[in-house]
Amino acid sequence: MNFFEAENITKHYAGHTALDGVSIEVKEQSIFGLLGPNGAGKTTFIRIINQIIGPDQGEIRIRGEKLHPNHIANIGYLPEERGLYKKMKVGEQAMYLARLKGLSKIDAHLRLKEWFQKFEIENWWNKKVEELSKGMAQKVQFIVTVVHEPSLLIFDEPFSGFDPINAELLKQEILQLSKKGSTILFSTHNMSSVEELCDNIALINQAKVILKGEMNSIKQEYKTNSYQLKIRDLQKEITEILPENFNIKKLSDINDCNSFKVDLPDNVSSNELLQKVMPHGQISSFEEILPTMNEIFIRKVTEAGHAK
Amino acid sequence: MNKIFIIIRREYLSRVKKRSFIIMTILGPILMAALFVVPVYLANISDRELKVAVLDETGLFYNEFKGNEKIHYENLYMDYVSALDQFEELGYDALLHIPESSLNNPNAIKLLSTSNVGLNLVNDMESVIQKKLEAHRLALSGIDKKVLEDIEVNVKINTFIWQEGEEKQNYSEISYALGLISGLLIYIFIFLYGAQVMRGVIEEKTSRIVEVIVSSVKPFQLMMGKIVGIAFVGLTQFILWVLLTGVIVLTFQEINPDLFKYKSPDTHIIDNKGLTPSEIANQQDSIDFSQDKANNLLEGIRQIQFGTILLMFLFYFIGGYLLYASLFAAIGSAVDNETDTQQFMLPVTIPLILAIVSLQFVLNNPDGPVAFWMSMIPFTSPIVMMARIPFNPPVALWEIGLSFGMLIIGFVFTTWLASKIYRTGILMYGKKASFRELFKWLRF
Repeated sequence: MNFFEAENITKHYAGHTALDGVSIEVKEQSIFGLLGPNGAGKTTFIRIINQIIGPDQGEIRIRGEKLHPNHIANIGYLPEERGLYKKMKVGEQAMYLARLKGLSKIDAHLRLKEWFQKFEIENWWNKKVEELSKGMAQKVQFIVTVVHEPSLLIFDEPFSGFDPINAELLKQEILQLSKKGSTILFSTHNMSSVEELCDNIALINQAKVILKGEMNSIKQEYKTNSYQLKIRDLQKEITEILPENFNIKKLSDINDCNSFKVDLPDNVSSNELLQKVMPHGQISSFEEILPTMNEIFIRKVTEAGHAK
Repeated sequence: MNKIFIIIRREYLSRVKKRSFIIMTILGPILMAALFVVPVYLANISDRELKVAVLDETGLFYNEFKGNEKIHYENLYMDYVSALDQFEELGYDALLHIPESSLNNPNAIKLLSTSNVGLNLVNDMESVIQKKLEAHRLALSGIDKKVLEDIEVNVKINTFIWQEGEEKQNYSEISYALGLISGLLIYIFIFLYGAQVMRGVIEEKTSRIVEVIVSSVKPFQLMMGKIVGIAFVGLTQFILWVLLTGVIVLTFQEINPDLFKYKSPDTHIIDNKGLTPSEIANQQDSIDFSQDKANNLLEGIRQIQFGTILLMFLFYFIGGYLLYASLFAAIGSAVDNETDTQQFMLPVTIPLILAIVSLQFVLNNPDGPVAFWMSMIPFTSPIVMMARIPFNPPVALWEIGLSFGMLIIGFVFTTWLASKIYRTGILMYGKKASFRELFKWLRF
């Protein structure tokens, strides 16, 4: 069942179109990646979901219901431009934001204490935000995004500005929340950062969705029949073993262990490649190379450019 | 609706708990009380006892100077040079020397003193000498003093307002002062707290918290929450100031009950001896005149309807503040830091400054066309109408009603306008907005 549907969302600003007929479906409990370069319209789209701005056309439905102010309590949003009141105490501030999401005083306090314990930051409660380091402030920021246990979580460029340790922590927390039943929407231009997390994606470029679907099937669709081959004790030059129409690229050569990237012609299967190499050395690994989202994206964008 | 209360609460508490607020709240009344207490106190302590020697070579002025408990005049019968020689031994604080020549040349009169004796004393002496010299010259030129005194008149026109078939005495000086103070207070409050709204919006923008919040509440709610919260801060500060000032003044009064007693100038007991009837009448007149003045003041103050003025003040303060605060919020949303606010501040502050500048015209002619129109236009009415209110006859009810209505329409309009700019502005980063840009935002 689709948890979230956007149908034909269009938004014009004076002089330019931010979104042009964008339709997206997100399944319940999935992790969805909204990918695209800066200025593609991702943030505008997310702001529409959060009801910060309204679309000119189109409709958004959550669980089949048209978007309604009550849905705000069900959405957790970590914006790209994020921060906290510098002069306010951490605890007070977290309480304030949690209560704005509709939590009662008691609930907010209880849950915040729980999260603070989990992140081992209870002693920050009475500190002012300006006393915290950037990484510490981001932990607080994450807590206030999720404290009201929303069924839809939206992260706009979540990993930008997080140090690697906090980024990993964040990733693990997000995966856990997903397991607990939250539907998650990532928006990022840094595609490699969310590739391993997303089940489904949509690529947005210049206000339009240019590609969407399940991540694996997209990769399958766009794969180029390339393989990575690691072989030890190679007795002959690889170019002598393989026919000329196999495009070979040497990746590394360490301690007799050679690593190659081989692009096969369309009608040749991977087994044929293995049969040809096997007699000449010891195969240590063999793996299909799937295109990264980045590569697919660049391909799609240039294709679109050519089509024009 | 519940959420806007949470916002109001935060905006209010975060400001009221600030050290600067507490300091200002305590310091304000101390300064204000000092304004009342210090001059009275100083006037009291500076009145030390003075002994003044009068050396009169003309013989006209002996015993003309009437001292009091603080000032003692003593006649000195010796020549000026030896008086100067013995000045220190004689132990006088001051020596008034009236030479023979002063009958023709009054500027020859000198007051010598070891320390500054104060302007009041000198003024008193001057008036005594002046009167005596005038009388002397009159006598010389053969004019009967009585004739002149009969001719001399003192005019004070009592102004009355003819209203509902009744005469009501008018005290325009008091109304003038009260109008000026009310107008200025409104002006100061609008600026003080309007700027706080602007700074608050800029703070939210620069700390990047604004998008986090507007994902929970509507931008309009955030804006109104801030405006209302700060309005309460303003009211709190105002009320605390009034109360604390009262407490401080009362405490001083309790400690030193004499402090605020009005010190009447030395009462002259009318001495009929040796005076012509016209002189007695004259003296009586001048006493009546000064008592009249004091009575007028009291009567005038009694006639002020403080309740009405306070209610009006609250309405115009809240109305004017709301009108301008939303504009200040819009300015705050359009810029990234406070230094960029200049170009937008100008058009907003011009009507306020205009109102303050024209306050003088309004106070001089509170029912004139300038006063009327400026108290109808919502951008100037809080200041101008407030200045008109204390005057008699009271501003017509329909005028007040119309001004109220216009002000309400005015702030509904500016709030609507501001909210349109605000909701776009708060999400714009790193872009320096121009007026043309703001105009575009209105249509988003």
